[in-house]
Amino acid sequence: MSIYINKDTKVITQGITGKTGQFHTEKCQEYANGKNCFVAGVNPKKAGESIFNIPIFGTVKEAAAETGATVSVIYVPPAGAAAAIWEAVEADLDLAICITEGIPVRDMLEVRNRMKAKEAAGGKRTLLLGPNCPGLITPDEIKIGIMPGHIHRKGRIGVVSRSGTLTYEAVAQLTEIGLGQSSAVGIGGDPINGLKHIDVMKAFNDDPDTDAVIMIGEIGGPDEAEAAQWCKANMKKPIVGFIAGVTAPAGKRMGHAGALISGGADTADAKLAIMEECGFKVTRNPSEMGKLLKSLI
Amino acid sequence: MKIHEYQAKEILRKYGVVTPRGIPCFSVEEAVKAADELGGSIWVVKAQIHAGGRGKGGGVKLARSKEEVSKIAGEILGMQLITHQTGPEGQKVRRLMIEEGADIKKEYYVAALTDRATQKVAMMASSEGGMDIEEVAHNTPEKIIKVFVDPATGLTDAQGLELAKGIGVPEGSLDKAVDTFKKLYTCYMETDASLAEINPLILEGNGNIKALDAKFNFDSNALFRHPEIVAYRDLDEEDPAEIEASKFDLAYISLDGNIGCLVNGAGLAMATMDTIKLFGAEPANFLDVGGGATTEKVTEAFKIMLKNPAVKGILVNIFGGIMKCDTIANGVVTAAREVKLAVPLVVRMKGTNEDLGKKILAESGLPIISADTMAEAAQKIVSAVA
Repeated sequence: MSIYINKDTKVITQGITGKTGQFHTEKCQEYANGKNCFVAGVNPKKAGESIFNIPIFGTVKEAAAETGATVSVIYVPPAGAAAAIWEAVEADLDLAICITEGIPVRDMLEVRNRMKAKEAAGGKRTLLLGPNCPGLITPDEIKIGIMPGHIHRKGRIGVVSRSGTLTYEAVAQLTEIGLGQSSAVGIGGDPINGLKHIDVMKAFNDDPDTDAVIMIGEIGGPDEAEAAQWCKANMKKPIVGFIAGVTAPAGKRMGHAGALISGGADTADAKLAIMEECGFKVTRNPSEMGKLLKSLI
Repeated sequence: MKIHEYQAKEILRKYGVVTPRGIPCFSVEEAVKAADELGGSIWVVKAQIHAGGRGKGGGVKLARSKEEVSKIAGEILGMQLITHQTGPEGQKVRRLMIEEGADIKKEYYVAALTDRATQKVAMMASSEGGMDIEEVAHNTPEKIIKVFVDPATGLTDAQGLELAKGIGVPEGSLDKAVDTFKKLYTCYMETDASLAEINPLILEGNGNIKALDAKFNFDSNALFRHPEIVAYRDLDEEDPAEIEASKFDLAYISLDGNIGCLVNGAGLAMATMDTIKLFGAEPANFLDVGGGATTEKVTEAFKIMLKNPAVKGILVNIFGGIMKCDTIANGVVTAAREVKLAVPLVVRMKGTNEDLGKKILAESGLPIISADTMAEAAQKIVSAVA
């Protein structure tokens, strides 16, 4: 088992013909069962053609109908990315994973509210992962996104993080000490996004093949605190927590659009304190995440 | 991206929000001429810098004659204005705004910003105008009224009234206040702002509602569709190192410590800074070289870090994923040679082609200190600069 995706997942790639889309689609195909998972691409101008033996369709709806795909990954450039997300939602997919970095916040605000309105009206719920995220991976089964596949190893530890390279850091530490991963999820560094820490923690809690979780956050926003409160009441598995940005000054955006301290409650220190209070084993040394987790199981 | 008060008011006027008449000036002569043009017998001379708290710092003063306008303008232009947002060295004043006086009966606060928890636009208002809103939020949170706006409907009349009544706008001015709030919301959305704040919003003796001061921040992801806002950018207000870095698509922020950091990924960059602090030193900067770092980018990153005279050592921390460690190693070696690196350099590389990268560094003949983990790298650079 794993969360959200496995070796049988069928994936549509939106933006498959762009430079980034091509590069990563090839890497995803090469990983584990990727050849069988990546079944469709979308580009209205190139419908009927194919790339890496993957057929290209004019719309997500057509691609889903023709291939049975239920998940899409989006590499569409920022100006058109929110529209690409909406297309995946309108096609009633289960999950859309948006890798694109630099989408205007207003576009995300609008698409998120449309998604919620669709659900409220009884429409199918499509989960969104990202944007500005590395994607997710279930080791030895499927990789959807831009993470380096070879650092992962199949196992029973879940990893969730806003930052791509910090996810890789945690994964590599685990792999090095012999602990594999059930799934590793990058939720992305933008202020308005889809799945949050709390959603992914719920999924790991329900996954019988996940024994423990590393949850990594950063400065800015209320998400980590919200997840910690939920975990305190519900989580049955040990959690290691780390928050990046103890040294970040208030009011300065640290690379990620969402990594910006706006008040007293979203500093790294405040989040670490809440996580500790909620039963997480927190560390201030990001080199110790793997070892600390090993000590808990 | 931030803009000046006079620019913020230009934008607000475009959306129909009433502001006092004001004229931006760059010299004492222009200031006197502006007072002439505005007429009247009382003017406000306002320093235009991007930081807040200008009034307390002595950057906003009343003038009751043209002579006073001239004298005050001369004092403020060129001064190092120190506020709680500028840091101890202050910010040099290069622009002024001369504004007509206003008949202030009551001061309010109103702002629009994006709320991450609800994923809606929050419109916030308070009866406590003219104050630091963070202080109000801390001391008297009940005096802040908030509504959350669905982008599909915009700010409704009912929400506008809730805000206006909530902050005690008198009956006769309610319509004007609601109208102002709606215009502020529209302006916030259409300009892709990340903050639009009017503080204070004033009630005049005649019942009119006016924006006496205004502050905007804009979403840098959306600037590509707002050339009119990019045109407002004032490079004098920005850190030269950050401007230089942005030319090479590097995310760079100056900090107060003495260890330069070069990292790929924003989260890992922050984690690296934190680890340096954990081992007793302070980072000199945040620097994310991004996913597609080339030799040129790494070289520019080194140059930018080394322009800071406080830097006594450099820590490079790279997690090679798609980016290969040997590419980065070549970049680091080229950069170190080109800038004739004279401070200690610790490199930690992990991931794709790690061994090849380490070999390139070792064979370069440069005194590069290698480390296996982030913690080891931080310890080594901290002891090297001690």
